[in-house]
Order: sequence, then structure tokens, then C-alpha cells
Amino acid sequence: MIEVKDIQKIYRLGDIETKALSGVSFTIQDGEFVAIMGPSGSGKSTLMHILGCLDTPTSGTYALDGEDASKLTDDELADIRKRKIGFVFQSFNLLPRTTVLRNVMLPLIYANVPHEKREAKAKESLLAASFPESRFQNMSNQLSGGQIQRVAIARSLVNDPTLILADEPTGNLDSRTTEIVLHTFAELNEKHGRTIVLITHELEVAEHAKRIIRLKDGSIMSDDRNHTQRKAVIPPGESST
Amino acid sequence: MTTRDLFEETITALTANKARSGLTMLGIVIGIASVIAMVAIGNGAQASISSSIDALGSNLIIVLPGATTSGGISAGFGSTKTLTMNDSDTISAHVQNIVAVAPESSGRYQVVSSQANTNTTVDGTVPAYTSVRNLSLAEGSFFSTVQEETFSEVAIVGPTVATTLFPDGSDPIGQTIRINGNLFTIIGETVSKGTSGASNQDDEIYIPITTAHQYLSNSLYKGSPTVSDISIEATSAATMTQVQNDLTALLLKLHAISNPANADFQVLNQYDIISTASTITGTFTVLLAAVAGISLVVGGIGIMNMMLTSVTERTKEIGLRKAIGASENDISNQFLMESLALTILGGIAGILIGFGVAFTVNAIGLVAAQVSWSSVVLAFGVSAAIGIIFGWYPARRAAKMNPIDALRFE
Repeated sequence: MIEVKDIQKIYRLGDIETKALSGVSFTIQDGEFVAIMGPSGSGKSTLMHILGCLDTPTSGTYALDGEDASKLTDDELADIRKRKIGFVFQSFNLLPRTTVLRNVMLPLIYANVPHEKREAKAKESLLAASFPESRFQNMSNQLSGGQIQRVAIARSLVNDPTLILADEPTGNLDSRTTEIVLHTFAELNEKHGRTIVLITHELEVAEHAKRIIRLKDGSIMSDDRNHTQRKAVIPPGESST
Repeated sequence: MTTRDLFEETITALTANKARSGLTMLGIVIGIASVIAMVAIGNGAQASISSSIDALGSNLIIVLPGATTSGGISAGFGSTKTLTMNDSDTISAHVQNIVAVAPESSGRYQVVSSQANTNTTVDGTVPAYTSVRNLSLAEGSFFSTVQEETFSEVAIVGPTVATTLFPDGSDPIGQTIRINGNLFTIIGETVSKGTSGASNQDDEIYIPITTAHQYLSNSLYKGSPTVSDISIEATSAATMTQVQNDLTALLLKLHAISNPANADFQVLNQYDIISTASTITGTFTVLLAAVAGISLVVGGIGIMNMMLTSVTERTKEIGLRKAIGASENDISNQFLMESLALTILGGIAGILIGFGVAFTVNAIGLVAAQVSWSSVVLAFGVSAAIGIIFGWYPARRAAKMNPIDALRFE
């Protein structure tokens, strides 16, 4: 469970203060699929950094599974990231010239998972992310855009995080692969019960989530159940597993 | 992050850009190899000089004739013949703790055999010379005291002289040669001793000193035949100082010189010669090692440069690693391990190449290079230290990166 209470984030550049977030509060239950939406400058990136424990709020509290993450040192934040958060980035960030399997196993290195368990865990998450088994040993630069993002999704899953945080995961993809990736997220949420927070500026993408939080100028404008959840359709010719 | 993970990540990173890793390592390889080879060559030179000086004899003191001073201008030591047979006999009779005294009267003369002729050093000396100067015979015998006292015309040749005079390889013993026109019979050949600096101890002929004075050099000083030098063997290393002091005092008295500064002779002690020679070769070794050390530092800077480039290039990767939970230490260990691996691998290669160079120098026969284990240990330690020192800054830079900025880096 994620509890955000009255979070403020103020950036100081010399004498100029910029308020990126001014008192944001919400709660996300386990198993939810939430989209955080807003135009650029709305504070969604700042919120993503705080939710992802990459940054701490100026004031307010942020608790992940009851663990307060609002006043921690850099190394303590790193520790919480490795236990509770899985990231999916817009630019994928796979290690170049490295196999799919090794890329997915990367978080397990830092989480001190024993060597013999790593491969099994990585394969399990790759299958959960609908990545074709025949390409497990491919190099990361021999994959298509959709496949790359599915490897990144598998990497975010591998450590059983409380929260999967996807920052504009379809921003670099064409509409066809966008559908594939959104379908993968929906499946992870429905079949595997994963908690997913999707950050985007596109309504079409946000509409795939079950709940949409709209941000504007650092505050929440609306927080609604999405009753007209879109279903991503896998384009013909692209297998889901 | 386990040690095994650290090694795997390091191998992956270094093999990702093999050419660059290899070239960076080359700096360290050359640095370490040159330190080891230079120190080995320096040590070898030192050892070979020491051993040639040792071959002169043991507990040896040499008295050389002194300088003439006329009108305040000194002509330098050895410029006159102020030492005589009388001096030698007096030293032998009066100084304590002496094993033997061997005066020498030498000069260069034309020597003719039935087959060839040459110009070489002819030493007139006494039978004690063999013991004082560690001279052993390969064949035949040295002349006896009786032969010395009876002005015998006998000669002992060095191996170089033997091969020059008898190029067909025939046995020189029993053959006759002419030295400066006088007929001598060869009765012995010495064992090869090798060269020491300028003088080749194998290119000499030994004859009785009495014969030399009779036929070759007949200069007198105060009524006694002059000698080129007097070699004295002390009983032990401990008595050398006493022998040296006593004979200096004796010669001063004999030559009627009141102020030791005006002495017309010079006393050299074998250990002085060795220590002077080792000081020179030691300085030489330090100089070579310092030059090699500079190349090692340059290699270290190369490592730092490459690591800094690599940190910048891999900013996004560092951001990702931090985002998925790598601590500052995880990141800094990873980069430190990369630079350490480069320097240690480079160090090992450098040590092997250093050994190779020393071996080649030996095989060619330039100097008997000796690789000292202390230089190997030192070189290895230095290369590891370079890895840590020059890898530290890039590693800290990587570790301190803000994950948000690093992920955004293009």
C-alpha cells in the first residue's frame, strides 16, 4: 500500500523558489492500476521521483507498505528501491551488448539473491511480461522496440516489488508497440495482481488504467475510477507469449 | 553485491571495449616491465663489477707509485717510479699480519712466437703473485723462487696470449717465444679470469721480476730497481686497516716524507674499490628505475583518463544501476575494480615482459641481468596502488551521481 500525505516539493535555485508539488495526498491499494496524468510542468515527474524513492519531499510523508520513505539518506533510498520498486523507463535503459537474461537479472545482483535462483526468477518474469522464450539469449541490441520494453518490464518485476513505476513507458514507441506494452501491463495487473503506476501525458495511454489521477500545477485536479477502461488489443502477427 | 558479481561485472565491462582496455593497460605494462628490466640490468652490472674486483684477489691492498711534484705542479699518481724492490722487501719484513707481498714490474712489449707476434703486457713478478692475485694455472706451473732468484728466462702466458701466439691451437707449454728480443720458454698457462674494466687479465705474460729487471726495465730509484706496483695480501678483512696504516707509515718513513699529504705513493684497498664501484652502479640503477617509474606514473594517468571517459559514457547505465538499488559503494567498487583489474593484469604482463627482457639481455650476453624479487614485489604493489589511486576519483564521481540526472543524461 502506498500512502502519500500532503507532499510538497520546493526547488531552490539561488533566490528563486519553484513549487513543483503543493500538498498532494492520495492512497494506492495493492493491486491497483493507476495512471498519473498531466501536461509537462504539472509536477508529475517530481511526483514520480518521490514515489520511486529517487528523491525526498520537502514536506509531507510518503509511506510504502507502512515504511516511511520521506526522510532517508541516499543509500537508504537505494535500499528501499531495490526491495520495493520496479522501474520502467521511457528510454528502456537496457545494458548494451548484454543478453536479455542478464539484463533482467541485474536487479538481483544488488538484492543479493543467490546465483542459482537468479535465472529461474528472471525467466519467470520474462514469461510474465510475455517475452518470447526463444529470444532469452539474444543481445539487447538485437530486439524490436516492443521486445525491448517488455525486457525492461520483466526487469522491473524480477524482484517482486510492491510497486511497478512506469515513466512514459510508451513515449518512444509507435502505436502498434504501444498497444503491446499496454496489454502487457494490463495482463500483469489482472493476471498477476501487480500494483502499477503509469505516468503519462497522453489520455489515450492513461485510459488503459483503472484509476486516473490528473495533476496540474503541482496539485491534484481529479482522482477518478476509470469506468471506461480501454483494452489494449494485440495487433495481428505479434504473439503474446 | 557479491564478490563474484563484482568480478563478472568487471570482466563484462573490460571486454566490452577490448581495444581501449588493452591500450590503457599497455601504459602500465611498459612501466612495470621497464622498472623490472632496468633494475635487473643495474643489479647485474653491479654484481659483475663486484665479482671482477673480487677476482683480483682477497684482502688485497695495492700500493701504486706516486706523483712527482716539481715547482708545486703535481704530475699525478703513477707518473713516476718511486716504488722499489727495497720498499717491497721492507714491507714484507716489517708489517704484521701479511700473507704475501708481490711486487710487479710491468710494461708492454712486442712478443714473437714461431707462428705469430703480438704486443702485450709483460709482468715481472714473484711466485707469491699467484696467491695474492688469485691466479691459478690451467696447465704447467708458475715459476719457483729458485727460478726467480736465478734470473730464469721462463714465462707463463694468459689464455688470450696463448691463442694469439699459437693460432693453430698447439700446446704452448715448452715452446719458446721472444719478448723484446729475449728468448723465453713457456712453462705454464693461466686459467681465464675475464676482463675487469679496461684491463684484460687474460692478455698477460708473467716472468720472474729479476729477469724483467735484467732484460726489460732497468730503471733504478735510490739504487734499487723500480716496480710498477706492490700487491699485499692481508691475513683477513679485519686486519686490512692495520696493514694499510702500518705500511703507509713505513713507506713514509722509508721515503723520508714528514707530511702524509705529500706522499709519493698511493695505497688502495680492495674494499674501497668495490664500494666506489657499487656507489656508481647503485646510482645508475636508481636513475634507470626513476626513469622507468615516470613511465609508470604516465601509465597511471592513462588509466584515470580512460576511467573518467568510461564513467561519462556510462552515465545512463550508472543511473539505471542506482535506480534499481545499487548503493554508492556498489557503484564505486565496480569502477575501482575495473581500474584495479587493468593495473593488476598490466602489472602481471609487465612483470613477465620484464623477465623476458632480462632473459634476452642475458642471452645476448650484454650484462648478466638479475631480476630481484624485491623489485617484482614492489612493481606489483605499485601497479595495484596506481589502480586504487588513479581509479579512486573516477569511481567516486560515478558513485556520487544523482540517479535522476544520470537517467536523463543524453
